[in-house]
Amino acid sequence: MDFNDKSSLWAAIGGQFAVGAIVAGVVFFGSIAYVGVPYWFGKTVVPTESEQIGFRGVAMGVTKFESEIEQQVADNEYVPYFEEPYPPADGEELMRDIDFYENVQVLGGLTEANFNRLMGAITEWVSPEQGCTYCHADDGNMASDEKYTKVVARRMIQMNWTINDGWGAHVNASGEGVGVTCYTCHRGQNVPEYIWFSSVPHENVGPSAAYQNRGVEQVAYSSLPTDAIERYLVNYEPISVSSYVPREPSEGTASIQHTERTYALMMHFSESLGVNCTYCHNSRAFYDAEQVTPYHSTALLGIAMVQELNNEYLIPLQGEYPDNRLGPLGDAPKAYCATCHQGANQPLLGANMLDQWPELVSPEPVYEEAAATQ
Amino acid sequence: MEYQNIFTQVQVEGPPEMGTKTLDGAENFRYGTPWFSRLAGAIGNAQIGPIYIGWFGVVSIITGTLWANIIGFNMLAQVGWSIPEFIRQLFWLALEPPSAEYGLSMPPLNDGGWYIIASFFLLISVISWWIRSYLRAVSHGMGYHVCWAFGAAIWLFLVLGLFRPILMGSWAEAVPYGIFPHLDWTTAFSLRYGNLFYNPFHALSIVFLYGSTLLFAMHGATILAVTRLGGDRELEQIYDRGTASERAALFWRWTMGFNATMEGIHRWAWWFAVLTPITGGIGILLTGTVVDNWYLWAVEHHYAPEYPFAFFAPTPNGG
Repeated sequence: MDFNDKSSLWAAIGGQFAVGAIVAGVVFFGSIAYVGVPYWFGKTVVPTESEQIGFRGVAMGVTKFESEIEQQVADNEYVPYFEEPYPPADGEELMRDIDFYENVQVLGGLTEANFNRLMGAITEWVSPEQGCTYCHADDGNMASDEKYTKVVARRMIQMNWTINDGWGAHVNASGEGVGVTCYTCHRGQNVPEYIWFSSVPHENVGPSAAYQNRGVEQVAYSSLPTDAIERYLVNYEPISVSSYVPREPSEGTASIQHTERTYALMMHFSESLGVNCTYCHNSRAFYDAEQVTPYHSTALLGIAMVQELNNEYLIPLQGEYPDNRLGPLGDAPKAYCATCHQGANQPLLGANMLDQWPELVSPEPVYEEAAATQ
Repeated sequence: MEYQNIFTQVQVEGPPEMGTKTLDGAENFRYGTPWFSRLAGAIGNAQIGPIYIGWFGVVSIITGTLWANIIGFNMLAQVGWSIPEFIRQLFWLALEPPSAEYGLSMPPLNDGGWYIIASFFLLISVISWWIRSYLRAVSHGMGYHVCWAFGAAIWLFLVLGLFRPILMGSWAEAVPYGIFPHLDWTTAFSLRYGNLFYNPFHALSIVFLYGSTLLFAMHGATILAVTRLGGDRELEQIYDRGTASERAALFWRWTMGFNATMEGIHRWAWWFAVLTPITGGIGILLTGTVVDNWYLWAVEHHYAPEYPFAFFAPTPNGG
């Protein structure tokens, strides 16, 4: 090739330069196409909506992707069960007094009508396809505990009482009567979509990297540690990492690894609730409980609630499950924020559950109308 | 129009330059038959080689390669020696520093031991390369601006991986070797110590970093703009000011009332570049050792303002 011949463009440029130019061109025009094409078709790339929620100029705002807002609504629509509660007549027999029913261990305080209404609803919430025999024995003996699902369901009803009665400050934080039912988590599926199991440690590496550096959904595809949920929402490890005084000896304070774990938990919060950091925190001082929004305390109660649910209800059920319901390490399925929230800061967009389901608040349900007639 | 292209379009090619004799006889250690690359010529000098190979260069390349290979094989081991998984998760994988409980002692190989070994090789590699840049300057009878500038970057590197972990009493404080993991470390470092934004040395470092880019753009633009008048012959213009220098100087004087000199602009740029890691390194070294919460430090020094509390409930989800 004669480099001195400038008459031909390609001769002047030369083969190597052409390769460089093509690579540069692909990158350049590719970038323009990536950013520009959606605009040419009348769409912006990632349209967002943001709202100011704090003092002006301090970046306290809630930002959401419009597509996620639509998704939130689509994922969290709630249609109330068709049957309304039957307020018991004065002196109406309760399940525990009716000889026909045997082995009614936890719902003895319900009237027959409400008991059957609840059974119907549970079927629709948890096993719409399998029907009654998902939990009850195939031979028609409704009292039998031969299926593990019945034993688990009984414990789940007790868990509902604990949540609705004991953790009202969390589940009713934004309005009276929101609460939870089986549907809040199950959404028509045998097993709720958002449950978690203990992480499997990576091979050939010690504790320092056994649970981090993998792009998995649980940590929003960052490389943050995946054992954060277990340590904080089961093992009660302290979440806060910062010092509360400007200067103090470094000994005994949280490590960077600990901080990354806390960050991983926060990523789970953000993904589960469909909110950004400043929904709760002031980003200038993330740790400072005096600069947070009111939602921060709701979230703190949520952490304490999930710790109790995992330790008192979900983990002790391990022995009841068949192997296919257990995690890779043989552990029981557990709950975290996403289990109920499923992408919305109020599960099921804050639909009122408790007015229709006093049976899931207390073993001795109190009915509005009944109270009024007394 | 040609000088407006990012690539050098007209490349003049003569016999390869073999270099002159040097003060320490380095010309005897230049290896390789030179050749010409149009691609290299598009962004720099088209001549490739010969290259000086001295002991410090050899040591640096070998230890640097060992460092990279230790990281690579550790990552590969962590995905069960699966090449596809290694490629798929490359940006997430890392060789992590030891767990905190080992302090400054030697941990087991799979729990940070390899990290210590790799870091040791990297330290030798970087220091060797610094010595090489120093000795080449001596050999060529040059000033030491390049090796001192490199030294500024090494200061930050040593603060992150050596000085600060020793002061904190644990190798766990060091930065992991991994693409995303080192970024997560950076964020966690800021969160742990109460927001690095309020660290004044962090602020200074950013000033010098952004200042460097600004000066670079101003200087590059100015020289390109007077290339037609010989502005690309900067060194000659320094000691024998010509039309290009005059035009460039007058442009800035008449634009903003002040102008650097043809030599002074390089001092500006050098100091801004060098001060970026120097101030940054000071800020990192003070973090966790002297100051544990930079936000509170800033409140104490009336550097972080108070804002009134306000809360406006946002539209509920789906709204």
